[in-house]
This record gives sequence, structure tokens and C-alpha cells, in this order.
Amino acid sequence: MSANAVPQAAAPLEPPVPTKKPVKTTGLHIGEAAPGCAKVDPILVVDNVRRTFGGLTAVDVAHVEVPRGAITALIGPNGAGKTTLFNLLTGFDKPDGGKWTFDGRSLAGVPAYKVARMGQIRTFQLTKALGLLTVMDNMLLGAKGQTGENMFRALMPFLWRNQEEENRAKALDLLTRFKLDTKKNDYAASLSGGQRKLLEMARALMSDPTLVMLDEPMAGVNPALTQSLLDHILNLKSQGMTVLFVEHDMHMVRHIADWVIVMAEGKVVAEGDPHEVMQNPAVIDAYLGQHHDEDIGVDPDAETEHVSAIKELLDDER
Amino acid sequence: MDWGAIFSNAAVELISPTTAAYALAALGLAVHFGYTGLLNFGQAGFMALGAYGYAISILTFGFPVWGAFLVGVGASVIFALILGIPTLRLRADYLAIVTIAAAEIVRLLFTTNTYASVTGSANGLSGYKNEFAALNPLADGTYGFGPFTNNAYDTWLRIVAWSIVILAALLVWQIMRSPWGRVIKGIREDEDAVRALGKNVYAYKMQSLIFGGVLGTIAGMIFALPRAVVPSNYQTTLTFFIYAILLLGGAATVLGPIIGSMIFWVLLSFFSGFVARAVEAGWLPFMTSIQGGQLRFILVGVAIMLIVIFRPQGIFGNKKELAFVR
Repeated sequence: MSANAVPQAAAPLEPPVPTKKPVKTTGLHIGEAAPGCAKVDPILVVDNVRRTFGGLTAVDVAHVEVPRGAITALIGPNGAGKTTLFNLLTGFDKPDGGKWTFDGRSLAGVPAYKVARMGQIRTFQLTKALGLLTVMDNMLLGAKGQTGENMFRALMPFLWRNQEEENRAKALDLLTRFKLDTKKNDYAASLSGGQRKLLEMARALMSDPTLVMLDEPMAGVNPALTQSLLDHILNLKSQGMTVLFVEHDMHMVRHIADWVIVMAEGKVVAEGDPHEVMQNPAVIDAYLGQHHDEDIGVDPDAETEHVSAIKELLDDER
Repeated sequence: MDWGAIFSNAAVELISPTTAAYALAALGLAVHFGYTGLLNFGQAGFMALGAYGYAISILTFGFPVWGAFLVGVGASVIFALILGIPTLRLRADYLAIVTIAAAEIVRLLFTTNTYASVTGSANGLSGYKNEFAALNPLADGTYGFGPFTNNAYDTWLRIVAWSIVILAALLVWQIMRSPWGRVIKGIREDEDAVRALGKNVYAYKMQSLIFGGVLGTIAGMIFALPRAVVPSNYQTTLTFFIYAILLLGGAATVLGPIIGSMIFWVLLSFFSGFVARAVEAGWLPFMTSIQGGQLRFILVGVAIMLIVIFRPQGIFGNKKELAFVR
């Protein structure tokens, strides 16, 4: 991490607070921070992407741009269409209409494996570690352009042995960074939930992606691992990668995101700097409902987790 | 009770061409089911295409042995493409339904009277062995020892059959430890994850379907050489016997299908000899000799059940691979 990071004291009874404050990237957008605002250097541009399931419009994004070289968080209440948008952008689902470009190249109708080859790699909300492959094999699977993956060349080991050794060294290096090197010969099924998240992220990095899309990287990860995951995500940025992630943990979003895109009911309702966007009335409406400050005779103690989380954040900001 | 004859007849099956054919077909199924996770229930169809492709090429078109071999392999590649193009994009169970139906279509197509002049209808085909026997470099006489004594043609057939099995086993072993095999095993675990890493899952599944199918087709040719080609040999039970062999030996292994096939045939022959003689000797007074012929399948079924219950990973399978709940 950066040398001028400032240590920050951890408050008691709070989710694990990082020991270093990450350096935020600013000046990403042009003009006012409104939904669909233009970015100085967008890597991903989405236009009119719509996906309906029967009568339900899951995603209806008019225009959104993801800034390059920054960490962008995609947040929103449950059912806002975040994961569906992820699936559409990575070719795992087909939209009813719309177009989107990655690095200036159109991705509409491009199958998932080609999207991945272009350098836009994703992870899944429900971790997809390949259980009955070893951790090392999981990693090697992530490497791009392997000669030995051709059926006929696979039969001639001299053609791919050197490449395999290089990939193995690279995988070992990544595994060491993610503290999984001692597990390299174990089946991935024997890893804990958090370790599988780490493995999935490390595996995604084997292909040297330009855009890493993480779907709820923190879900189900124990607090001890959260810190290390956060550091890994911040490292991606310092290595020049762009990160787009879906997350529910507001503390984490505020801590590492440079830019926040808020979705609700399939639409982008707000965008902006993580500290400002939390105060945006549209965001509060999205999470709490439009009449959250009117007394409609509801028991005030019956607050949901989201409500208390948002209120806590708003209090923190003041 | 002539125990000597029972054991010697059972031992014959150890290296019989039929055992080799089942081993090779099971190896193809190991590629499909054990390594790639493709539920192919139509291996009998691939075998039928091999047997008929070989026999028809020689009898009707007068092809040489290598030409007939290529016709069979070509037919199975086309069959795999027809099966795979519509179903490999769908969930795994669709392939199971389509393959079981397609194998039956193939069998019924060979049974129908319309093409009787070419396929021999229900009577099947015979008289295609001379071309293969003509390639035999061995002089007339008997070869081998004990129960493994055979004439020149049968010895030649055994040598060719088991050479092909060993070659195929080495091929599968080599390809499954290559990066290609890694992708294939990854697809078995979770094809979306593999897709997300930039691999063309559809193409890999198709390659696997063709590869395993071609092994099944060659098995069909070996299966046809010691006997006639009869369509009723290629019923779905054939596929299920091959699945039994595969599970017996271990689904994602190379040696499993081969040793599994040997155990299966030795056991089957042993029970068949034992039951027949036990009925003759009056040990089973409630049974006729016809009923005794069926009892062997029941006994083999029980033996396989015991193995699957007490050693679910098969004989060569890795216990660890089954220790985790999927």
C-alpha cells in the first residue's frame, strides 16, 4: 500500500476497521455527480441495457460509466438488479436490448468466455471453487492462452511444459500473496468459505485482467479474513487494475470505494463519492422507502439491519 | 462338481476380446462421465455404429480393414456432433435423455426391415472376419498356456484388442494430466466457473463427447470381431453393464475401467458356470437350467452393489474425491 497511509485507531464493537487508510482516487467524473454522469476515462460504458423476467424488469439501466483505474462499488437493496447486471455485462445472461462497451469494444452478444479473454474477469456471489481439483490446478486453470489446452497439442507435453512451469511459478507467487501456498496440493473443497473467496480472487488474477468484477467478495467471510481481502482489493488498484464490486457491507464500501453507483429496482438512482452518496435522498429512499421519516405508527425498535446500518453511517458522517 | 472347469472358463474371460471391448467402451465412458461429467447413456449406440460401420463397409462396399475402421470412427464423430450440437448447451440431464433415445434410434434403424439388404435386419451381419484374419502374421497352430490357449486367429485378435486398450489407456492418461484434461475436470466441477476463466466450455464438452464416443466405437468393432453383429446386442442394457464396470473400477480413473471389465467378466463367467453346474448337480432343486442362466446377472448385481456400498469410489478411485459432499 501507499507510503503516506495514515494509521487509524479501531473503535470498539465495530466491524474490523483497516489499520491503514487507503488512498482514494478522486476527480473521476465530469460535471455533477448524477446518475449516468460522464467519467474522465471510462473503461465500461453501459447504454439502455434492459432485462426482464416475465413481468418483472430486473435491470433497466439508461446509461452508466465505470471509471478506469479506480474501485467502484455497486450497491443497492436486495433485488435491485446488481447481480443480474453483472451477469449481463459478463455475458452470462442475455439482455432484452441495449449495448455496452469494454475498453471501447462492444460486448453485446459476446459469449462469456470471450468476455473473460478480453480481460474482464468476474467472481461469483456463491463461490465457485472447483472442489475436486487441487488449489494449484484451480490456479493454473485461470492462466490465459495455454498451448496445452488444445486437445492435440495436449498429447505432446514438450510443447507446453515450459509454459506450464511459468504458470506454476506465477500461481505459487499469487498463492503466497493470498497465504494459500501451504494448501496448494489440497482439494479446493477442503478450504474454508473465506479461503475459497481468496482462491477465486487469486484465480481471477492468473489471467492478468484489466477489469475485475467481484460479486459480494465479503459475503460469508469471517472478520479475520475481511481485512486481508480488503487489502487484496486495494492492491488490485495499485497494480493498475480496475475493480467493480457488489457489496452490502457499507463500512467496506465507504472504506475502499472511490466511486459508488447505487441501484434500486433495476435502475441507477445515484452515483458519487462514497461519503456524499450516502446522504443522497434518492439513496436513503431506495434503502428505507420514501416515507421513512413519517411516523406511520410502526414500532420504532423494529428497524431492519439496513436501516440501522444506514443510520449509523449517516451519524458517522456528521 | 467340476471346479477346475468353472475356474478355467472364468479365467478365459480375463483376456477375452469381449472383456477388452467392454474395457475400451468403459474407458470412453470414463472420459464422458468420470472426467467431463457428461451423462452419456448412449454408449451402446456408439458401439453399434462401430460394429455396423465396420461390417457394412467390408460386406457391402468391400473396403479394406483400415477403411472400414475409418468409416466406423467417422460415423461416431458425426453421431457425437448430432447429439452434442443441440444438447451440450443445455443442462447435463438433457444429454442423458437424448443419448439414451439416440442409441435406441440407432439400434432400431439397424433392426428395421427396410434396409435388410445392407444391415441384415434382426439377424444381423456375419462373414466379415476374413479381411481381419488375412492381416494375421501368426502361423497356424495354438498359442498360450493353460486356459489361455487359443488358435492363431483368436490369439491375433487378443493381441490387437489389448494393444488398442493399452494404447487408449495411455492416451487418456496423458491427455487427462495435460492442461486440456484440467479444463475438462474443471467443467465437471462447475462449468460456469470455467467459462468465467475464458474457456470455451461448449467446444471442450464437444471434444470430450467425440473422444469418448470414438473409444466406444472402436470397442464396438472389437466386440463384433469374435461374433456376429446382431442389433439386439446393442440394447440399453449394454450401456448399463458398461456403467457398472465404470463404477466398479472408479469413474475418474484410467485403470478402473480395464480392471473393472476384467472383474465383471470373470465374475459373470464364474457365476454362470457355477449356477449351471449347481442346477445339474441338484443343489438348486427349485430352479431350471434356464432360470439358472438368469441368476448369474442377479449375483453379479449383488456383487456390484456390495462394492458400490462398501467402496463407493470404485477399486481405483480416490477416496478423498468422495469424502466431500458436492
